[in-house]
Parts: sequence; C-alpha cells; structure tokens
Amino acid sequence: MIDFSQNYFALFGLAPRYRVSEHELDAAFRELQSSVHPDRYVNADESARRESMQSSAQVNEAYRSLRDPVGRAEYLLRLHGVDTMIETDNALPLDFLEEQMERRESVDDARRAGAVETLDRLAHEIRRDIASREAALATTLDERQAWDAARPMVRELRFLQKLATDIDASIAEIEG
Amino acid sequence: MALLQISEPGESPAPHARRLAVGIDLGTTNSLVATVRNGVAVVLPDGEGHPLLPSIVHYGEKRTSVGHQARKVQAVDPRNTIVSVKRFMGRSLADISDDRRFPYAFVEGGGMLRIQTRAGIKTPVEISAEILKTLRVRVEEGFGEPVHGAVVTVPAYFDDAQRQATKDAAQLAGLNVLRLLNEPTAAAIAYGLDNGSEGIYAIYDLGGGTFDISILKLSRGVFEVLATAGDTALGGDDFDHRVYCWILEAARLGPLSAGDTRLLMMKAREAKENLTAHASAPVVAVLSSGDNVNVTLTAETFTDITATLVTKTLGPVRKALRDARLSPTDVKGVVMVGGATRMPQIQKAVAAFFGQPLLNNLDPDQVVAVGAAIQANVLAGNREGDDWLLLDVIPLSLGIETMGGLTEKIVPRNSTIPVTRAQEFTTFKDGQTAMAIHVLQGERERVSDCRSLARFELRGIPPMVAGAARIRVTFQVDADGLLSVSANEQTTGVQASVVVKPSYGLSDADITRMLEDSFSHAADDMAARALAETRVESERTIAATESALAQDADLLSSAEREEIDAALQTVRQILAGNDRHALQQALDGLNHATEALAERRMNRSVNQALAGRSVDALG
Repeated sequence: MIDFSQNYFALFGLAPRYRVSEHELDAAFRELQSSVHPDRYVNADESARRESMQSSAQVNEAYRSLRDPVGRAEYLLRLHGVDTMIETDNALPLDFLEEQMERRESVDDARRAGAVETLDRLAHEIRRDIASREAALATTLDERQAWDAARPMVRELRFLQKLATDIDASIAEIEG
Repeated sequence: MALLQISEPGESPAPHARRLAVGIDLGTTNSLVATVRNGVAVVLPDGEGHPLLPSIVHYGEKRTSVGHQARKVQAVDPRNTIVSVKRFMGRSLADISDDRRFPYAFVEGGGMLRIQTRAGIKTPVEISAEILKTLRVRVEEGFGEPVHGAVVTVPAYFDDAQRQATKDAAQLAGLNVLRLLNEPTAAAIAYGLDNGSEGIYAIYDLGGGTFDISILKLSRGVFEVLATAGDTALGGDDFDHRVYCWILEAARLGPLSAGDTRLLMMKAREAKENLTAHASAPVVAVLSSGDNVNVTLTAETFTDITATLVTKTLGPVRKALRDARLSPTDVKGVVMVGGATRMPQIQKAVAAFFGQPLLNNLDPDQVVAVGAAIQANVLAGNREGDDWLLLDVIPLSLGIETMGGLTEKIVPRNSTIPVTRAQEFTTFKDGQTAMAIHVLQGERERVSDCRSLARFELRGIPPMVAGAARIRVTFQVDADGLLSVSANEQTTGVQASVVVKPSYGLSDADITRMLEDSFSHAADDMAARALAETRVESERTIAATESALAQDADLLSSAEREEIDAALQTVRQILAGNDRHALQQALDGLNHATEALAERRMNRSVNQALAGRSVDALG
C-alpha cells in the first residue's frame, strides 16, 4: 500500500517546491487513484473496501492541497515550520487593506445593483492581481527560500482568493 | 431461457466466472435496464419489446402493476397510480411546493413524504422499489440467472437524502448496489468510450423531472468531473405542465376532476412530443363531464410559454462553468442527455450558449442506462486490463450549524469523492458537557436555507471552561456520494461516531419493516399466481369436458350424466370468485365425475384405431 506518512510532494513524486509541473502532478494523481480508488475494490472484503476509501480520500486531499497555488504555498511553508493559519496574527499591511476595502465596496455596490458584468470584471481583475502576486511568491519561495517573507504574501493571496470566491457566489445568487 | 455465455477478447476468460451486472436508469418518466453482452452494452426490452418501462406504479384492487399497464389506468384511478415518484425521493411534504398539483392523498406528518394508497401508506422508497423490482425480474427471467449487482444512476445534483433514498429503494428491490452513479457521468462513459474523446465536455441532462449539468475532463482513460450543478425539480414534466395550463386557458376550462387533470396532462405530453417533428399539435379530448376539448398548440406558442424554463436551465450551466473556471469556448463537446432534450427550443438555446453543434447521436433516453451498464461490467470484475477511472464530485457543500443559525462548511461543493474532512469546534459555555451537532447540506449561509440532513449529540464532554474543549467533527463522503459523520473530544477522547441517516431518510427499522412487508406481498403475489393457474386449469377442463360430452355422451348413463353436469356447474360458479381452494376442490370433483367417461372414451378410440388394422399387423 501507499505510505501516507510521507509529505504530499513525495507522495506524488515531486520535489518540495512551489513551482510544480501541473502536468506531472495530474499524472501522478491519476496513477495513484487508479490503484486505490473504491471502484477497484467493489468485490473485495469489507476491510479492503474501507482501506481503499480512506486511501482514496487521502490522495484526493493531498491533490487538492497541492493543485491550488495558495494551498500549495501554505503546505510548503508548514513543512518549513511556518503556519499561515494562526488567527491571532491578522495584521495585513494598511495599504493592502485600504485597497481591498475599496474593492469590497465596489463589489457590494455591483451586487446590490445586480450588475453581473461588473462583478465578472471585478473577479477577473482580482484573479489577474492574484496571478502576478503568485509569480513574486514563486521567486520568494523557490529562489530565495525566504519562508518568513513569504508568509504575509500567502496571507494576502488567501484574502484575495476569498474575495474572488465571494464574487462568484454573488453572481450565482443573482443568476439564481 | 438461459443464454449461452461466450467469452470475448478483453473480457474475463472464464465464462462461468462472469457476473451478471446491470445498469439501471431509475428515471422520473421512464426507467431502463441495460447490461453488457459480448462486449456490447444493450438495453433489455420487456416481453413485448419495449425498452422503456414507464415509471408508473398502480396499486390495484388485486395486484400492483408497474409500467405500461399502470399507465393505462392513470386517468381512471389517479389516486392509486403514482407517476414521477422520483420527484418525491428523500423529500418531506413541506418540500413539495404545490402539493395540490398532484392527485395523491398525502399523509400529514414529518419525515419522508408518504402517500395513502389502496394498498396502504407508501413511501417513495417503496414505490421506487416496485419499479426496480420489475426491472430486476425482467433481467433474471431473460437470462435465467440472478443479478450479481447493479449500478443505479441518480441525478448529479441529488443531495444526500435523495441518494440514500435511492440506495434504500434498490436494496428493498433485492439489488446489490455496486455503485450509485451520477447520470451525466454515466452518459459521458457511453459517449467517451465510443468516441475515444479527450478534452473538456459538458453534459446537459434534462430528464422528466430533474436537470443536471456536469463539466468533465476526459484524458487517457480518466473521467474527471470538474463541476456539477442543476435543479432537482426541473424537467420535462414542467414543460407538460405549462402546456396543460395553456390548454385550460385556451379551452376555457374551470376546475377539473383528478381524472380529467391526468387525462389533460397526458394530452399535454403528447402535444409536446408531437411538436418535436411538427409545426403544430392538436389537443383533442372528451372530459368526464362530456365536454369536448379541441385546441391546437403551435410550436411558436409552445416556445413562448416555456421560454422561462429553458432560460432556467442556463443559470446552472453558467454556475458549473464558473466553478470549473472555464468559459463556454473551452468546451470541446456538448452531450445532450434525457428525453426532454429532444425539444427543438432546448437544442437551439444550448447550441447558441456554447456556440457549437451538439452531440446527440446516441438515443437520449438510453444513453444513461448504457453508460451505467458499461460501468457495472467493470465494477463486477468482468473485464481485465485497460480499465478507466471515474472521479466524481459532491454537488452541494456539507457543513454543520454554528452559533447564530449559521452554516460552517466542512466539505465544499465539487470536492472529488471519496473525501474525508475534519474540523475542530469548541464549547460555548463554561462546564458545557454536551454538544448538539446539526448536519446540513447546501450553499447558503443561513441554516434555514440549507437542507437538514441529521442531528446528533456528543455527550460526556468533561466540564471545562468555555473554549477549552476541542471537538473534532469528521465528515466522510464515500464513492456513492453518501455521508457519515463522527465527532470526538480531542483532550479526553470521548467519541460519538454516528453514521448519518438523513432526517428524511429511513431508519434501519423502517427498512426491516418494508422488507417484511415485501415478503408478505411476495406471499400475496404467489397466491395470486396460484389462483390464476387454477383458473386456467379449470377453464381448460370445462372446455375438454364439453367437447367430450358433445362427441361421446352416449357412453354415459343418465345418472352419470347428471353428476358431470352438476360438477361442471359448480366449477363455473366458483370460477367467478377468488377462492382458489374452493375452486381446486370443485375442479377435483369434476375430474372425479369424468373419470368413467374418460376411460370409456379411451377404450372406444383404441377400438376404433384397431378396427382398421389386420390382426397380423398386431403380432
């Protein structure tokens, strides 16, 4: 069976870096699922079926963590002893917060007006912002290995990602 | 008629090791069963050659009938003829927005919706089990062997309660459920394997009562569902209903009886189907009052009155694409599934949305059952080697209730299954020793806007200050998309592992009762069959006796003749009733009375046969 005590990168046969080949990650994921998925154990006994479900769920969880760039950065930092999730430390730079407050207001206005196109444009803008920040994060993590410097960058990205998801939810609600 | 089993390339080499595995599409309007034979998935027709079994169950005076027979009586006996039961699966009465639209006698009360019928109170699970049982018997009689297992399809957008209800129904029908499979995914298998496709595909599945849209990525033998969305209360039935309302208006009709309503709903459906190939459809009917209905629906009017329904399907399509982070132009092919996608206005709207022609070369009514059969064949282990893999998702987020009536999501929608996710919660008050856990499914913030799946309590938490306890709640969704939840307190290890049965699901006790009921019904069924057989035997004997009397009455004394006539009369009288035992006795009496006649007739015919032959020939 698969050794789930190893870290997610090792599980998929990847080097523990922020920049990963999505193609390699996808291929490794499919290969692992092909061997553990419950569909392969339909006629097996109860304990083998339970083990298959648990293994398959673990592979899904590992894949989900690494497939999302922010999740991957958080996981990489955790491997290096840096926790981005601690609630007490919520200090984000003031200029960042001001910029996001303005964005939130635009989102709220557009939502109240039911302006789907405006919401779409805002989400698109935020995702472009996210993409450029991810490029900077890649340098910080992979070239500089500056884990502490990466921490606020990841937190800002998480914030932006949440905002983009909220916009999606608003659009979905307007469109019914 | 046991068929010969022939092994084929790529299949299990030992024919006797092959397991009879079927795919079942339990549809709102029609249900189908398919299996793989000689490497090809085929839909199995009934004895009269119909591949589709109308999903209609009639609880009659003497017996329960399913399918075409039940459909014939729906306008005559609407209260005991249940159509579109799939709409009620895993639902409470409160979930049915306009229960007056249905002619049934709903039973008040919480939990799963129930219907009062002539045969007693029935749940949607029991009614669906009748449909599934009919399909199982069709297969077993056809192949002369028991079904090893079944893949039963469900709408991708079915929630946990609806899935659990479907699985319960299959088990009640005596089926070993290999997997619950999402309908669009089943259709993708049927298409993907036929065409060897790669890339992003959208499956638009508009059935009789449900709508699903799934976005899949197909690559080298892996079918990965990226996102799914839909509406479990939108389908072809709603188009029928719009036409029905139009008929009422066009023909200036007042309130109608349940029977007339059903009659006009049938006419509405026929008109809708007519408009697939014609520019207009006449609606002609005679109501129970004697009033005539004679109106004509044009394709243009039909398109107008159903435009909002067509638009309503495009909302979930946009949502699924957004969840998958894709735009319509990323989609390489759009597969149309479900009988309702035959409507030209649907085809036009979907083709326009995606800006491309649609894939509809497989029969939209059969493609789901075919895909399910292909998957059942794999799951049963009938193939070796080049297998594909299905990676499906849950359609709706799962979470629990937190302070203030808000939902905390634990497993987000479109998570690939199986999935296990845990989250820690803490106590709210000092010394709190118990915690109520309310499991919810849905996307909305407020508890009241989500579906309540289950409630349970974690007790025995040691008294601590508020916020000190660490209660870990674990959600596990299996490959059928079914949820179980457990909770434990981390510092002391107090456990409350609960396999969640949805609030609207059935308890194990319910299932046991239903199984017992179905056994006693099986006894009823056997008695009915025995009565029918005795009747046939009696009629055959009466005819044979009458024919013998016509030819050879001269062989009898007048007393013997009177005895036979009396015995004949007794059988004829009892034949009209339902007492099999009395009928058997009367039949035995008749057979006894005719013994002497039979013997003498035998002697006479032997003598006649011998009369023409020479003695030599007998030597």
